Parts: sequence; C-alpha cells; structure tokens
Amino acid sequence: MSLSNEAADGIARATGVDPIFGKLSWGVFPFYEPIILYTFIVVAIGGGAVVGALTYFRLWGYLWKEWFTSIDHKKIGIMYMVLGLVMLLRGFADALMMRGHQAIAASGGEGFLNAHHYDQIFTAHGVIMIFFVAMPFVTGFMNYVMPLQIGARDVAFPFLNNLSFWLTVSGAVLIMMSLFIGEFSTAGWLAYAPFSGLDYSPSVGMDYYLWSLNIAGIGTTLSGINLVVTIVKMRAPGMTLMKMPVFTWTALCTNILIVATFPVLTATLALLTADRYLGTHFFTNDLGGNPMMYVNLIWIWGHPEVYILILPIFGIFSEIVPTFTGKRLFGYTSMVYATCVIMILSYLVWLHHFFTMGAGANVNAFFGITTMVISIPTGAKIFNWLFTMYKGRIRFETPMLWVMGFMLTFVLGGMTGVLLAVPPADYVLHNSLFLIAHFHNVIIGGVVFGIFAGIIYWWPKAFGFKLEPFWGKVSFWCWLIGFYLAFMPLYVLGLMGVTRRLSQFEDTFYSIYFVIALFGALFIAAGIGAFLVQIYVSIRRRDELRDTTGDPWGGRTLEWSTSSPPPYYNFAFTPRVHELDAFTQMKREGFVRPTEGFVPIHMPRYTATGVVMAGLLTVMGFALVWHIWWLAAVSFAATLVYGIGHTFNYDRDYYVPADEVKDIEDQRTQALAGAAE
Amino acid sequence: MSDHAKGGHGTFKSYVVGFLLSVVLTLIPFWIVLGDVMDNTAWAVAIIFAMGATQMMVHIHYFLHVSLKVEAGWQVMSMGLTILLLVIVMAGSIWVMFNLDENMMPAHEQIERVRNLP
Repeated sequence: MSLSNEAADGIARATGVDPIFGKLSWGVFPFYEPIILYTFIVVAIGGGAVVGALTYFRLWGYLWKEWFTSIDHKKIGIMYMVLGLVMLLRGFADALMMRGHQAIAASGGEGFLNAHHYDQIFTAHGVIMIFFVAMPFVTGFMNYVMPLQIGARDVAFPFLNNLSFWLTVSGAVLIMMSLFIGEFSTAGWLAYAPFSGLDYSPSVGMDYYLWSLNIAGIGTTLSGINLVVTIVKMRAPGMTLMKMPVFTWTALCTNILIVATFPVLTATLALLTADRYLGTHFFTNDLGGNPMMYVNLIWIWGHPEVYILILPIFGIFSEIVPTFTGKRLFGYTSMVYATCVIMILSYLVWLHHFFTMGAGANVNAFFGITTMVISIPTGAKIFNWLFTMYKGRIRFETPMLWVMGFMLTFVLGGMTGVLLAVPPADYVLHNSLFLIAHFHNVIIGGVVFGIFAGIIYWWPKAFGFKLEPFWGKVSFWCWLIGFYLAFMPLYVLGLMGVTRRLSQFEDTFYSIYFVIALFGALFIAAGIGAFLVQIYVSIRRRDELRDTTGDPWGGRTLEWSTSSPPPYYNFAFTPRVHELDAFTQMKREGFVRPTEGFVPIHMPRYTATGVVMAGLLTVMGFALVWHIWWLAAVSFAATLVYGIGHTFNYDRDYYVPADEVKDIEDQRTQALAGAAE
Repeated sequence: MSDHAKGGHGTFKSYVVGFLLSVVLTLIPFWIVLGDVMDNTAWAVAIIFAMGATQMMVHIHYFLHVSLKVEAGWQVMSMGLTILLLVIVMAGSIWVMFNLDENMMPAHEQIERVRNLP
C-alpha cells in the first residue's frame, strides 16, 4: 500500500466514524446467524432467570457486601473458581460446536458453521480456555490455598488482589460481549501478525481480543506481584524456604514467571494495538515492519505461560499424593529444585513453536535440545510421586483417581511433546492435528485433571463439607474415557497430515476419526455435567457430608489446622513452624489448640474500589473497540481519578476485637467436642 | 514510613549524579546516530547497546537504591533473575531474528520487482 493510499484510508477511517456512537450501529448485532440468535435467546432467558432470582431472593446486597467488594483472599479465590467454571462452560460449548461441525464436514456434509463463524469459534475457544478458564482456576487455587499454607492472614496487598480479580472479569466480559455485539477475532488464540493487522483483520473482533487481553493481562501481572510478595514476606515464623509446602513453592515459581513474562505479552499486544490504532508498522509486511518479530515475542511469553499453568498443578498433586498415601512426599528437595529448573528452562525453549519459520539449523537444534532437556525435571517429578505411592497405604478417594489418571495421561502427552521437539519431525507435524492432540493431552491430562483433583481436595476446607464421591467418580471416568476418545483419533489424523483449524474436507476418508472424536467430546460433556450434578447433590446432602474437624483427609500442611471453612482471619494465633509438613508435626506432638488469651487481630477493610475501577476499564475497552473516543477518554480519566481518590482513603484497616475472636473460636471448640462424641 | 526508610531513599546529590549520568548516557547514542560520527555501524550499535545497559545500571543504583545489603539480599537476587531473563530474551531474540532475517527476508530488489508488477 502506498503512502497516499494509506493517508486516504486514514481519512476515511476518521470520517467514517460517528462522533457519538463510533462504529456502533444497528447492524452490528450478528443475529442473521441462526446459531448466535438461538444462543442469544437462551442466554437472555437464562441470564434473566438468574438476575430475577437474585433480585427475588434479595441477594444483590449480600453479594455486593460480602463478595464483590471483599478483599478476603479466600472469597476472591472462590470467585476466581466460579469465573473459571462459568467460562469453562462457554469454552466447552465452542469445543462441542467444532467437534460437531468437523464430524459433519468430514463425512461429506457442509457442517452447520460458515467458515467465518468457525474461525471465530476456534479463536474464542483457545483464548477463553487459556486466559479465562485455566488462568482463573490456577490463580484461584493460589489465592485460596497458599496464604493458608504459609500461616498468613491474607495476601500482602489485599485490595490489589480484589482489583486483579475484577480486571480478569473485565477481560472475560469483553469477550462475552463480542458474542452478541459485533464479532470476535478470527486470527487464532495468539493472533499472529500480519493477519491480525488492520489490512487483513479490519473488523472489531481483533480489537475485542486486544483490549480484553490488555486489561486481563494487567490483572494477572498485579496478582503475580502480590502473591510473590506474600510468599517472600508473610510466611509463618519458622517456615524457611525449604520448609514451605510444595504447592507454595510452585506458586512462588509460577508467580515469578507471571511477573517476568506477562509484561512481554502486554508490550507485544500494545505494539500490535499501536499498529491497528495509530498506524505504526511494527508487525506489518511493509514499511519496515516484521511479522516474524511478533511470533518471536508472543512465544517468549507463550511458552512460560504453559508452565504458569502446569507448575501449580504439579503442586496440587504434590499435596494430594502424600495425603492419600499417608507418607511424606518422596524427594521434597528434588521436587523444589525440579520446579526451579523448569522455571528457568521454560524461558529457553520458545522457538520450538516456530521451528518451521526458517531459522537456521543451529538455532533449531539449540531450541530442540533445550526442549528435550525440560522433560528431565518433569520426569523427576513423576518418579517422586510414584515413589511416594510405592508401599504407601493408598486411599482411592476421588482426588487420588484424578492424580493417577493424570500420571498416565500426562506421561503420554509429555512423550509426544519430546517427539515434537525434534526439529525434523516438527517439520512434518507442525500445525497438524498431532500438535492439537499433544497440547490438549498435556493441558487436559495435566491442568484440567489437576484442577478437578484440587477442587475435590480443598472443597471441604472452603465450605465445610465433602463433595459426594459417586458423581465425582462418574465425572472422572467420563473425562478420562472422553479424553482418550476425543484426542487419540486426532493423533492419528495428524500423522496422516490433517492440519488444524480446517472447516471443510473434500475427502470422507477421515470421517470415522472425527466421529469418534465427537463421541469423546460428548463423553467429556457428560463429565462436566456429572461434576455439576456432584456439586448440586453435595450441597443438598451437605449435612451428612459435613466435616467439623477441619481435617477431613488427614492433611499434612497448615491449611488443615484451622476450621473448615476458616474464619476470615484464618488463624487466631499465627502458627509456628518447626518442620516440613507442619500440621503432621503438630498432630504427632499432640498440639493443643489454644482456647483463651486471644488478642485483637489486624485486618483490612472491604472496598468497592476494585469493582468500580474494573467496571470503568470495561467501558473504556468497549469504547476503544468501537472507536467511541469520547467515552474511552471519559472512562479512562474516571478510572484514574477514582484510583487516585482511593489512595486518600486512610480508613483501610481495623482490629477484630478479642471478644469476637473468642466467640468464633469457642464455636469451633464446641464443634470439635461435638465431633469427638 | 519507618519500614520504608530502611531501604534508603538516596540524597539530593545521588539523584543529581544519577540524572546527569543518565543524560550523558542518552546524549552519546543520539550524537553517534545524528552526527554520523562512526564509519563502522557494528561498533556504533555495540556502543549504543553498552550505553543502554550502563544506563539501566545507573537507574537501578541511583533511583531504585538496590544494593547487596538491602532486604537480606532479596533485591539483589530478584535483580539477578531479572537480568538473567532479560539477557535470555534479548540475546535470544537477536540471535533468532538475525537468523530469520538472513534466511527468510527478501532482498530489496526482490520486493521492488514484486511491487512493480503490472
């Protein structure tokens, strides 16, 4: 494009935008797509029912006062989990549509999605599953469990924690909006340039993607800083680094990775945003831009990101395995070092995502080897879990089933990963369904299985009653069988050369594989359904599933030493740690819970600032997507003013009176006595 | 405030020294580029990078007050990690992009030939 053309374009862009409504018009609602219209009707009815029920039962005030404005790390953790679960349903709906469409399209039909809509769906599926399902779940666990494990009362910056959560929600809201107002990006989950540039993706879909991730990314970075400071500064006395529970170790490494890499993502997306909004040429094809630089930068963030997801999950398994085998974890020190080594190595492998882009043989060989090396510390972890189980008295409760499902499945995924790390093999398999099968193998078999294991493990801590095991086991078997049915055919297809993201097929030869994969997806749907039923049934039968001891599984770390659910101040007295598995030591040495001599506890006050600021930034994101410049400026200025105003609020903390602490602790004493009878 | 004061906030003099060093370290690269003083581009680039790296150290020392003693060495440790990661990211990117540029980017004539197609 020549310069004069570009100038003309810019003028057209500037003048074609309504000064009040930007690019918004009645035509932006994509209701001409029947699928979106039906979805909208269902969502409108369902959403209306939820809003109506909340209003009818007068729950809005309760939600606002006790949850939305809460800066209690436990409540924020639970809200992260709820966000992850809601977005999982959305992301999985996308997955089902893709599987259904491909099964029909590969069997000689056309499928029910047109190509443009299909492109949006695979993009939305990827973005949602990584940023708004896996990340909130993982952050939720770290938020809820880690401060309890180190014997802290809250995180280091409680208000910031609330703001981080709402910024993540803000990103999720923008993505959900794109379903009904305008459209979403078609550029895949990482929006490779130059396709994501203005020349090839002129629609608002790309802008939804950018602003959603810009806002949510800031939230993730802030939460990473918060949790690192919490671990470094707020451990209970006596808890040296090598006495920290493994989950806390993995949380530390994960958050260091977040702090170190999310700025790279933010900067890369900011440059792409500048390309689209300011007419710069960082990643365009012409005028000095270099799209390969985009791919390089996005993967410098992207590869550590997958370790950000899996490391805390390794931590969850490292808590569950010793608890359910009744032994201490085998090789604690090697586990810690393996985690740290993975943290550093995850920085040295990013190029294996684009071996085929054309770097020389020496570059590809280097990154191929570093990728293979990373499987060594990961393998050490697997062996540590196995040796922990060896000669242990394993209790086959639901979390343990997930762990064993994980070990089998993840090893398989890891091995196909090492296969992909061989550059010549990657030239054959790059962008094929083999790759898709591989990363679903490690993300479902690793992250998702770990999330379910963790939810069932810590649920009694969070709510005071166990989850009902029958439906949990149904959910596990459906997921396990569903996973293998859905992704083993994709390995085969990939080896036969089928590439990813295809919406049409000429040859019906592949039909059977896609149909099997569809059945697998349906099994997984049943697994998700069984999980929801499990929660419902458990809440109905909560009285018989009640746990009053606070330690339903025979746990080994400090979170089990307090009541379930923990009081909002977590611990009446800060525990003193003498060895790893602090609670096991307390139980062994007959630790007696103090019942008097309570002192006032210093706690932070709830604030609505996080919700308000994130709400304003959501408006700003929406305005920027639709080029409503005045609204963007106003909402941005309002965010700044509100945030600065909050710094003048000095009434941020209070002391819980000793009497109140005594009342709460007395109730626990009675409950414990009741349980002992 | 007393907690924060432990880390040290520097003196007026140290801020001025840091500021002047930063100005000098910024002006030299500008002078090299704008004044076209060096014939050898490779050396010019190397000097500009060195100036940039030095300036980072200046900022860290004079403005962020990082030293070995503060906070039981945590600051130095986290800075060490930061530097390690920065070196990996920057050196890696330069290596990777240089390779890609060499192997994949079309030469100027090739672009012009395509541009002038009827």
